Order: sequence, then C-alpha cells, then structure tokens
Amino acid sequence: MHVSLFVTCLTDLFSPQVGMDVVRVLEHFGCTVDFPADQTCCGQPQFNNGFLHEARPLAQRMIRVFDRSQFVVSPSGSCCAMFREHYPHLFKDDPQWENRALALAAKTYEFVEFLTKILKADLSTLKLPAPTTLTYHYNCHLRSLNQSPEICAALAGNLGNVTFIPLEKTEQCCGFGGTFASKYPDISGAIVRDKIEKAAKTGAEVLIVNDAGCAMNIGGACHRLGAAFRVKHIAELLTAAIDNAPGASGEVAT
Amino acid sequence: MTAPAIENHKSKENQSSTRHALPIFSSDFMGDARRASVNEALHAATENACVKKDAGRRALLPRDFANPDGLRTLAGNIKAHTLDHLDFYVEQLEANILKNGGQVHFAATAEEANQLIVQIAQQNQCKLIVKSKSMVSEETELNRSLIDAGLTPIETDLGELIVQIANDHPSHIVMPVMHMRRKQIGEIFAKFFNVPFTDEPQALAEMARVYLRDTFNKADMGISGVNFAVAETGSIVICTNEGNGRMCTSRPRVHVALMGMEKIIPRFADLSVFLKLLARSASAATLTQYTNIITGPKRPGEFDGPDQFHLIIMDNGRSRILASDYRDTLRCIRCGACLNTCPVYRTVGGHAYGSVYPGPIGALLTPLFNGLEHHEHLPQATSLCGACYEACPVKINIPEMLVLMRRDLKSVGKLKFSQRVLFRLWTIALSSKMLYLLGQKFQKLTLRHAIHSDAGWIKKLPGPAKGWTQARDFPKPPAKTFRQLWQERKPRP
Repeated sequence: MHVSLFVTCLTDLFSPQVGMDVVRVLEHFGCTVDFPADQTCCGQPQFNNGFLHEARPLAQRMIRVFDRSQFVVSPSGSCCAMFREHYPHLFKDDPQWENRALALAAKTYEFVEFLTKILKADLSTLKLPAPTTLTYHYNCHLRSLNQSPEICAALAGNLGNVTFIPLEKTEQCCGFGGTFASKYPDISGAIVRDKIEKAAKTGAEVLIVNDAGCAMNIGGACHRLGAAFRVKHIAELLTAAIDNAPGASGEVAT
Repeated sequence: MTAPAIENHKSKENQSSTRHALPIFSSDFMGDARRASVNEALHAATENACVKKDAGRRALLPRDFANPDGLRTLAGNIKAHTLDHLDFYVEQLEANILKNGGQVHFAATAEEANQLIVQIAQQNQCKLIVKSKSMVSEETELNRSLIDAGLTPIETDLGELIVQIANDHPSHIVMPVMHMRRKQIGEIFAKFFNVPFTDEPQALAEMARVYLRDTFNKADMGISGVNFAVAETGSIVICTNEGNGRMCTSRPRVHVALMGMEKIIPRFADLSVFLKLLARSASAATLTQYTNIITGPKRPGEFDGPDQFHLIIMDNGRSRILASDYRDTLRCIRCGACLNTCPVYRTVGGHAYGSVYPGPIGALLTPLFNGLEHHEHLPQATSLCGACYEACPVKINIPEMLVLMRRDLKSVGKLKFSQRVLFRLWTIALSSKMLYLLGQKFQKLTLRHAIHSDAGWIKKLPGPAKGWTQARDFPKPPAKTFRQLWQERKPRP
C-alpha cells in the first residue's frame, strides 16, 4: 500500500518527530510512504476566519499536490477534516473542482483511522518499553471524520505495559480553535485550564493528543500551569512500542 | 401567605428609541466573557447542569433508538421541507385553526405581537395574566408591554417565576435560572414572599406552588408559547415539565399562544419524530412531563378549556433569515442541547451572549435578528469544535454557518483592514513552496531566539499572538523541520 504523507504545516515546524513517527509506524505495517514536498498549508486558518475566497487557491494547490496519491494520511485530525469536509464545500459552484476535491476527500485518512480501518493493523503484540499510564483527549474534528472517542482509546489501551485511564469530558474541546485561542484568551484559557485539570486528575503520565493544534494548546497550558503529564501523539507511543519489539532494529515487517 | 405583587417590575433595557428585533441586555461581550470566565460560582452552576444534561442526551439517544442519527436527519429534513414551503403551511395552519374555532393573527414585528396581545386582553377585560414558559415572549419582551398597558403578567414556570421576581433574564433556553445557586433563590423567595430564609428545594417549590395555584384561579388570560404547530390539524403543542402550561391554557377564559412562524410542522405524524427528540435533547428525559396538544377553544358541552383561543404567528425578521444563507437556523426547536454541550457556553454562561438566545444557536440568531454589526464577537468567539452540530436534533450545521458569518464580517465593516492584509499576505505565502519555506525559516529563527522564553517554551509573544501567551506558553520549534528530517533520512534496509 502506498501512502502520501500530508504532514501539515504545524507538525512540519513544531512537532517534526511526530511526522517521522507516523512514517515509521506506516512502514512497520507494510506501507511505502512518500512526502510530496510541494505541500504547504491546507488553508484552514483562512477558511475558519471566513476568508473563503482566499482558502480556495490553497485548496486547489493541495488537491494538485496529492493528485496522484493512492492514500493520503495525516497525523492531524483538523487538517484532515479540512480536506474531507470543507474542500468539497469550497467548490460547490465549480463541479470540476468539486469532483477533484471529492476525490481527494475519498482517499484522505486521519492516522488512527487509517491504521484501524484500512490497514486493520494488529497492535496486540506491541508493548511499550516501560509501564506507562495513559489517557486520551478526543480532538473535535474527529467528529466530522466519524471517529468516535472509543477508537483511539481502545487502540492505546490494548498496548502492552499500558494502564489506560479514561479522561473525564474527553470529547470537550481543548479551547484551541486556531486564531480563537489568541483572539479570545479569557475564554480559550478557561477551557484549556479545565482540560489540564481533568487530565491531571487522571494521574496519567501521558495525555494522547492526535492533533498538532490541540497539542500546542494543551502542551503550552500544561507547561504554563506546571502539570505533571506529558502530551504525546499516538504515533510517538506506537513507535516506541515498535522499537521495543524483540529483534526490532528497524526492519520492515511483512 | 399573601400573594405579593410583581407589577412594579419593569424592564430597564431597550427603552431607547431604536428597537432591535431582539432585546440587547449587554453590549460588552469581551467584558462579560472575561468576568464570567473567572466566576467560580457561575462556572460550577453551569458546568454541573450542562454536563449532566449533555451526558444524559448522549446516553439516551443510542439507548432508545437503533439509528439516532437517522432520526435527527429525518427531523432536520421535515423542518427543511417545511421552511421551503412555509407559505403553504402557514396558510394551511391558519385555515385549520379557524376551522377549529380559534382566531389567527399575524405580527410582522415583536412590537406588533405585543400590541395584539394587549388588545386581546383589553377587549376581553382581562387583567391578571398567567404565562407559561416561552422564549419567543422573551424575544418580544412581552411582559414589559403588558405591564406598560396596566396588565399583570405572572410567569408560572418555576424558573421563569424566579427570573421575573429577581428582575433578571433567563440564561438558558430550557433552564432559565441555571446561573443561580440554591441559596440565591432562597434569598429571592424570602424577600418576595416575606418569609424566613430557606434553601430547601421542596419548601421553595411549595411556596411557588401555593402562590401559583391562587394565581391560576384568579387569572383571566393565559399566554403560552408553541413548541410545534401542526398545520394538518390546526393543533398547537406545548411541552412542559411542571404542569403550569396546562393550567395556563385551560383555566383562564382566554388563551393566547404566541409563536415564531418557523414553529410549524406539516403533519400530526411528524410530531412523533420531534417529541422523541425534544425531551431527550433538552433534558435527557424520554418525554416532557406534560405534552399538551391543543386544538381550538372549549367546544359546546365541554367543561374545561378557554372560551377563546388566539394564535399569533410572528415574523420579526424570520422571513429575512428565511431568504438568506442562514435558513437552516430556523429549524431550531429550542431544546438547548447545543448550549449544554458547548465549551464556550459552559465557560461564559448565558448572559454573556447579551440577548435572549444564548449558546451556539444564539451566536447565530442574535446577529441574524439584530444585525452582525451589533454582535461582531458572537460568531468569532467559538473554537468551531462542532459539538453543537453533533448535538443538534434537527442537524443545524452551526459551525459551518459561524464560518459564513465570519465571512460576512467584511461586508458590515467589522473586519480590521490590518486583518485583511494579514490574511492576504498569509495566503500568498502559502501559495508557493519557496515563500512557504522562507516563512518557515523566518518563524523558526524568530521563535527559537525569542526573548521571554526558557528551554523549549516562549512566555510572551507580541502583537496578535499576545493572547496566546496570556493563557499558555508557546512552543519553540525544534532545530529541524520535518522536511529536513525527511531529507536526511537514510532509506531503511
């Protein structure tokens, strides 16, 4: 199976290792991965701020970049939702581009979704290097991708050496919302503080967050408030587990 | 206990010369939101009620229905169909109400609706008016008009009664006093009923009950809202939990029902869809305690019911919304599910939204009714998390319409020129790989060498990013981008 990585601009700059780990996991499960280097940003900031006219050329650009891809996989739920939900919508008045947008939407997957739905990856033999307590924040855009909060929680909970503790109000937004976080810091700040409190209450060492934006927000608040847990993408945990497997020196499983 | 008078309570607001379609209780969204976000008591009250109802809804729908999503789709489609053919159904509703012996009045504005009700009261020598809970009467500030005309309206829903006594405003569509704590209600009642303080819920409810029983017996007019108006049969449906709605609509001589014109559903059978969804979405109950289906006034030979039944069908800006990109907002059945699930509502409470309809649906309705230029923050002060869309029983795509409304900020002159330039430039930078890489390099350089920072985190950012670091730290980018790591990567053996 051949996968094109849609790394997203935030992951590219702020969490490059997450991108590398996604590649590592996909390859472990038998995919070949390429990175179309012409990709920039999906235009979500433009779209969310009502600059629909400006978002269109960015969408067209990304549609072209991934034109020849078999599967497009992204580590970030919100960017993925931009491809899947909003691109077709942007071209409602242009059937030709709408069709191309729909074609991209049909082959785009969020990382966990791709692992579970398409690869049907068997993670039952994977085991973290050391006993770890995990909890999981459900990022909002997974809603429009029809990914329920239980999916990633189950996936993480089934790893070896893991104690999984459910997060209270896991489905409540972390308060990121792109420019919302900077424009309305009183509201956004109160929402993210609530998330930190709930996550700290679980006593888990790691909060899984599969979205670059949410991770910046929750991670930043975590650091500001001095919370003890760390924020990680599920790909980071899976990579640690894969590298932990006996005889795993980086060879590709078949 | 003597029945106290409420007459002296007049609303302070909206007596200025320019009347908005919806009353504006506050225009200081930023200030209200800031104060609310650090108000622990408000947060505890709101959070507790919202999370409970929201969790209840989430649990109930899949427990009771094999395909709750399909049910929501159906409800949304029925509403969409009705709105697409509203002219037809309004006429059908009118004809059937008349056939049932009722009277129908049309009001173009809130003021007209209020005047119609005052006239009906005056023509029938009605003085004491009992009201069941109705958001649309909050929209028209009906009580103010009634009091101005020398009439005495008494709210009979417990929450609304508390709001009325306290001269406050509802902070939630379904739970009007969600912002109050029990102690506060005890104090309000002690003062109003002139009794020793208690905050025992049963004692408080009993006080209200005794007072309201007496009022029901004396009242000569009842006013209700309308949850659904069935065009096919000319029936109106009122869903309440305290039985006060039934008292208001059966005991007094005259019953006036006030509805926004979007409340119509075509067929009686459609009710089965909406009744399944309304209580489950609103209060995590399978059905409201009282579901009244009212088809005309008392008929000859019947003992109960009013002599007259009047239905007022109000526009107040709805036909303008119907013709806009925002038609779907008129599907709303006022269940409050979007409020309960919304992280922003849970944080700032209902009053911060400044008008009668709070929460995600209010963030759309208030600017739609009153003009976006008066409420520029409402569509912007949301994270677009989409919980409201997921909760909505009639599938109003609220986040999508909030984005459209952000688009419209430009045309009402509420978007700073600097913002427009910034987004233009940003778009240009993202349109070329070279410029993108340049921008990336620049960001990396400036952020990695930012002042006010420690290892890995920036404490203070300038300009438009100032807000970010008001609430949390900003991460420094690592030394290498993904692109660089990818290029340096040795192919696996």
